[in-house]
Amino acid sequence: MMNTIKDKVAICGIGETKYYKRGTAPVPEFRLACEAIIKAAGDAGIAVTDIDGFASYSNERNDASRVATALGLPHFSFSNMFWGGGGGGGSGAVANAAAAVAAGYAKYVVVFRALAQGQFGRFGQAAPAKSISGDFAYTLPYGLMSPAQMFAMRVRRFMHEHHVEQEAFAAVALAAYHHAQYNPRAVMYGRPLTREAYYESRWIVEPFHLYDCCLENDGAAACIVTTAERARDLKPKPAYLMAAAQGSDYRQNAPAHNAPDYATSNFKTLAPRLFEMAEIGPQDVDVLQAYENFTGGVVMSLVEHGFCDADAVMGFCTYENFAWPNGKLPLNTSGGNLAECYMHGLELVLEAVRQVRGTSTCQVKDAEISMVVSGPMVTPVSSLILHG
Amino acid sequence: MPSEQHATKYALPEGLPAPQATRDGLDKEFWEAARRHQLVVQRCNECATFQFGPEWICHHCRSSNVGWERVSGRGRVYSWERVWHPVHPALRDACPYMVVLVELPDAGNVRMVGNLIGDAREELTIGTTVEVVFEDHEQGFTLVQWKRA
Ligand SMILES: [Zn+2]
Repeated sequence: MMNTIKDKVAICGIGETKYYKRGTAPVPEFRLACEAIIKAAGDAGIAVTDIDGFASYSNERNDASRVATALGLPHFSFSNMFWGGGGGGGSGAVANAAAAVAAGYAKYVVVFRALAQGQFGRFGQAAPAKSISGDFAYTLPYGLMSPAQMFAMRVRRFMHEHHVEQEAFAAVALAAYHHAQYNPRAVMYGRPLTREAYYESRWIVEPFHLYDCCLENDGAAACIVTTAERARDLKPKPAYLMAAAQGSDYRQNAPAHNAPDYATSNFKTLAPRLFEMAEIGPQDVDVLQAYENFTGGVVMSLVEHGFCDADAVMGFCTYENFAWPNGKLPLNTSGGNLAECYMHGLELVLEAVRQVRGTSTCQVKDAEISMVVSGPMVTPVSSLILHG
Repeated sequence: MPSEQHATKYALPEGLPAPQATRDGLDKEFWEAARRHQLVVQRCNECATFQFGPEWICHHCRSSNVGWERVSGRGRVYSWERVWHPVHPALRDACPYMVVLVELPDAGNVRMVGNLIGDAREELTIGTTVEVVFEDHEQGFTLVQWKRA
């Protein structure tokens, strides 16, 4: 038996602000962070002052000490940041929070993410530097600068190696927009997407159309992690952590796109550890939230977690399979990064919790096992599995 | 070695960040060699492993005895992308443009990013053979670019 956190830890509260279009949040990012945390405590039915730990991941700009001070927390027992780029740490931050409560470092660790891109720069735009040195000197002068451009190169190679066509990516986008039409929180609520509109949308960088790329939003999300024991005494149904894992494969960060295994979303060594800890297989997962910076990465991460073979993508990655309520693998049931909001994937963790609670706007019938994949194509990445 | 190529114009407009060697000198030789129209790749003097980008130690044998080796400048397209949406002010009127990831079979298959010189709307397939082109800029740096061989 592995010594794991399985069933020892649960997510006991979730909270989010309204999700705003990029640059339209009426209050600063720091205040959004505080609001989401207060809401998560309210959802859990604990006092805000019970929170005594913080975990987040790369690009989080709101310092935990400032939050603890602003909220008047009497005990600040644990703080932790997950390394790496973009959304790779969404599940990893929950894992770190879980480790902290299981080890007794803190009682209630809040995982949070706040974004107000009007107040700060956009992630999809290049910095206006006159010169550049180091790893970026091998890419930026060639106009390879945005995340879409960094990842399109990997996805093109993946398409080549496994005969994957654009329609697999269209399926991810169409399912996300379909689900967002049921979710009043979603920025794209009331904005359905047709297959024609997907294909007719402009190219950002081949093979990514506009609708293959995540939104950019303002807002904040938070969830509270505690021991299974404490969670059982609280009002919401606990979302027990079956497994969580983080990691990266061999030399994935090699500069100038020199990762030896290139056409990968970087989950090949992580996924077996994750399922071993959960003591289940991908066939047991009822509903999946997979981070979409870009649709191509979702498809790669499905393959690497064992949901389908790389050479069977075109048969498996279809709108019909991904769409609630009849799909075999309902995917991104809140609309996800593409159509609910872009909270660097933390909104996916909140949706995974809703699914095992039975409160999603696209509730999968009898969903017991709910999974999150965080990060594709960055390093490190992370994933988690919850049960109700 | 391919004949020395002098680009008649730049693949992309001026104004993008100019490459500069790192302050600690790690990749000084790479950018200086490009200036001399030579393509070099870091190579371990102990175990002969090529690596790019450069690092202070060999990732294979962990020796710090690493040097630079001149390579042929012939490669093949490992992946590519056609960029339509400009994310930098200098690129506003330059789209579409083609970025290629080139692997170098006679340098341990290390890869380099560059632009493919020519018509960006032309079809490109993975595996296409390419050849290095050195693009001298007046500000004193040279970019490593690629053209169909
Ligand atoms: Zn060596």
